[in-house]
Amino acid sequence: MERSMAYERDLNLKATELRLGLPGSDEPEKPSTTPSVRSNKRASPEISEESRSKGSSCVSSKVESGERDSAPPAKEQVVGWPPIRSYRKNCLRAKKNDQVDGAGMYVKVSVDGAPYLRKIDLKVYKSYPELLETLENMFKLTIGEYSEKEGYNGSDFAPTYEDKDGDWMLVGDVPWDMFISSCKRLRIMKGSEARGLSC
Amino acid sequence: MGPNPKMRKEFFDSTRSSPFPDEVLERVLSLLKSHKDRSAVSLVCKDWYNAESWSRAHVFIGNCYSVSPEIVARRFPRVKSVTLKGKPRFSDFNLVPENWGADVHPWLVVFAAKYPFLEELRLKRMAVSDESLEFLAINFPNFKVLSLLSCDGFSTDGLAAIATHCKNLTQLDIQENGIDDKSGSWLSCFPENFTSLEVLNFANLNTDVNFDALERLVSRCKSLKVLKASKSISLEHLQRLLVCAPQLIELGTGSLMPELTACQYAQLENAFSQLKNLSTLSGLWEASAPYLPLLYPACTNLTFLNLSYAFLQSHELESLLCQCPHLRRLWVLDTVGDKGLEAVGSNCPLLEELRVFPADPFDEEVVHGVTEAGFLAVSYGCRRLHYVLYFCRQMTNAAVATIVQNCPDFTHFRLCIMNPGQPDYLTNEPMDEAFGAVVRTCTKLQRLSVSGLLTDLTFEYIGQYAKNLETLSVAFAGSSDRGMQCMLEGCPKLRKLEIRDCPFGNAALLSGLEKYESMRSLWMSACNVTMNGCRLLAREMPRLNVEVMKDDGSDDSQADKVYVYRSVVGPRRDAPPCKWMKQAAVMGHQRIKIHPTMNCHPGPMHPVKVLQKQEAPGHLTCSNLLSSIIRFPISSSYVHELANNGVCLLTCLNDAYILGMAKDLKRESSGAIQTCEHGGGPVVPVLSPTRLLVVPTMKFKPEIGLRSGRTGLRWAGFSKLRNIFVVNAWEHCVSRT
Repeated sequence: MERSMAYERDLNLKATELRLGLPGSDEPEKPSTTPSVRSNKRASPEISEESRSKGSSCVSSKVESGERDSAPPAKEQVVGWPPIRSYRKNCLRAKKNDQVDGAGMYVKVSVDGAPYLRKIDLKVYKSYPELLETLENMFKLTIGEYSEKEGYNGSDFAPTYEDKDGDWMLVGDVPWDMFISSCKRLRIMKGSEARGLSC
Repeated sequence: MGPNPKMRKEFFDSTRSSPFPDEVLERVLSLLKSHKDRSAVSLVCKDWYNAESWSRAHVFIGNCYSVSPEIVARRFPRVKSVTLKGKPRFSDFNLVPENWGADVHPWLVVFAAKYPFLEELRLKRMAVSDESLEFLAINFPNFKVLSLLSCDGFSTDGLAAIATHCKNLTQLDIQENGIDDKSGSWLSCFPENFTSLEVLNFANLNTDVNFDALERLVSRCKSLKVLKASKSISLEHLQRLLVCAPQLIELGTGSLMPELTACQYAQLENAFSQLKNLSTLSGLWEASAPYLPLLYPACTNLTFLNLSYAFLQSHELESLLCQCPHLRRLWVLDTVGDKGLEAVGSNCPLLEELRVFPADPFDEEVVHGVTEAGFLAVSYGCRRLHYVLYFCRQMTNAAVATIVQNCPDFTHFRLCIMNPGQPDYLTNEPMDEAFGAVVRTCTKLQRLSVSGLLTDLTFEYIGQYAKNLETLSVAFAGSSDRGMQCMLEGCPKLRKLEIRDCPFGNAALLSGLEKYESMRSLWMSACNVTMNGCRLLAREMPRLNVEVMKDDGSDDSQADKVYVYRSVVGPRRDAPPCKWMKQAAVMGHQRIKIHPTMNCHPGPMHPVKVLQKQEAPGHLTCSNLLSSIIRFPISSSYVHELANNGVCLLTCLNDAYILGMAKDLKRESSGAIQTCEHGGGPVVPVLSPTRLLVVPTMKFKPEIGLRSGRTGLRWAGFSKLRNIFVVNAWEHCVSRT
């Protein structure tokens, strides 16, 4: 008995104790076994539209980036169901993160001289004329006709966008799909700056 | 290298019935390629058995634990090519614990001795380490073909070893593996004078490879037929590769995303148009609409198009399909929608195989993907369809009935309605009639996966009609044991049965006693099978291995996951140990090897007599001790008997006996070996055993571990510990007869 007590005193027993949990924890830690299927909920366009139109940008950013951490749906996720191989699941997850974080869905639109910015969902539009018409209606201005050589004729305004590289480009130069995938925000320039583009 | 003729004569039986010389018989039999045919042929007579064995160049082993490498090598002395499959298929879906087994290394060791001229190795769901890959690369000078599918445990370092040492490599095919992707430098390890590569598939990997090295490799390997690049290869890179290798038959592009200048676009278009022989196209990550037309010139002879990583819309798919009049196999994501599948029906009359994967499998709220309408559309247009894998969110009995009427030749019908237990969404009835129609109409059906709300009626239909069925996957289905009984009694050709989350219990499990030896394997998880049922099965059928994998925190009596398979080598010795002991090793004492025990076969052997029979006291080895202990429960009297035979009880807790081998315990100045009464007081091992035996008792619960009671193992006293032998908790609970 004595011997054991002396032994116990000499050694740092807690640290060297063989026990279930990992060092530093008192409770045996439940090891993470099979990774349970996490909810990969991506906000549906309807939901995010709602939250955005209410002006709660913090909610939308959470919805965008908090995919993995979002609360699981009411229905419990089942391990290993649907039966998709881990490799494919990881690829899809990575792709979805790209999509949501990536450019081109809801973008800010600023107009020179306007007191506040607007936001529009680029995915709703299928072509430039649609987009430009919407912008004209939204801001009560005329943008004019696009021509490759001269930019936008016949008005004081020129629609421009900031692309993934950070450059400001004239709307309409590249094919629509390419525009969608690279547009980060829109700016409608006015006045001499705009006219300067067509020189 | 030819066999010694004298050796062969001795190898053969002296009584011969065949009029042909052996060489002729062998020559004839060597023309048989199918391993099923060869197995049949080997049963004709002894001469044919021998001739077949000598002429067998390729061996297929569907379950690595059904046989040992030594047995394989003994029977087939001249094998050049091996296909080996390991873990149960549900390991792809994370249902099998890590470190379950299926290590390829023991096989390689035997092969190095018996098949030094091995040329081909194809592994599926095996555990492969870098050491094994290096061993393979170094020990087989003629090695040509390596294919790894769904394997794990290795990193790109292993690939580097292969590239460095395999001078004759023709195929390197790395698919969908759990690979530790450290760096792309492995590709640069191919020597500059290496030119034999014909197949290179590294689509699985993400790290950047040295593109110049790849370009040089592709240009100098003139026989390269298959190139499947990874995401890191850009369109610009791709153009340069295609220029070097217009002879490609199968191409996996890299990422289709980065932007090209007009000039680059034209160059790439030109490169694609040079691919006159392309029959398979895959990859296409981040395929975006502006770049799809690039592919069109290469599509004229395509027979297999794998778009399962390309998020395409319906119109994009349609435009692409218009270019592929000879398409036989198509894999797509469900982003194409029903409309995209209508395009498939309209444009692909020769289609034989269709796989539709879900882009968003875990998101239930958003309505998207494909429905029964898409599948119907395909069936109207593609009458030759015989293989389908279809993930959807809704289905009806009527649709499936029509589909199989349109396409009665299905051999593989894998339907996954993603919401478990979902009924026909129009009628709210179970999906029994759907699968009834499938098995009734598709008489050639070999593989079936069922889903949706299903009662026992589905399985009655299956048992009644599916006479050619070999593989059956069942999830969240059935109402009672009868369901499983129908499957087991009714399907004569059944080889693989996988069941999860079904209400089948011991009666169902045991109804297949006669059946399991004619099958490769049975998997049952989250069903109602208990440990007693498993023990009964194991006891009745000694040539089956019955493995139970327990989940944390589950009831002692539940058999959470059961894997049953036939084997000629008996229980395996490398089953994973109890999780809690593994954690102990993780704590920092990495050098300690944890040895699991064998499957438990209950037998009425008296412990001490066994020990005395096998070894004189003082010569006890741990493995002897092990093999005797696991046959019966431990008790205090037994502990005393052990003590008399040189085994000391170091400590006894409420839950486990910690035993040490006498000869391993070194006497230190301040201590002495002590034995202990059952439930006794603190024992202080001031010794330094090298080996421990941990025998959990019936009361053992993993959460309590070794810390309970007044005593615990003092780790400092085990600085020399090398081996911990553990009796797996569940195996230990056998009642003494």
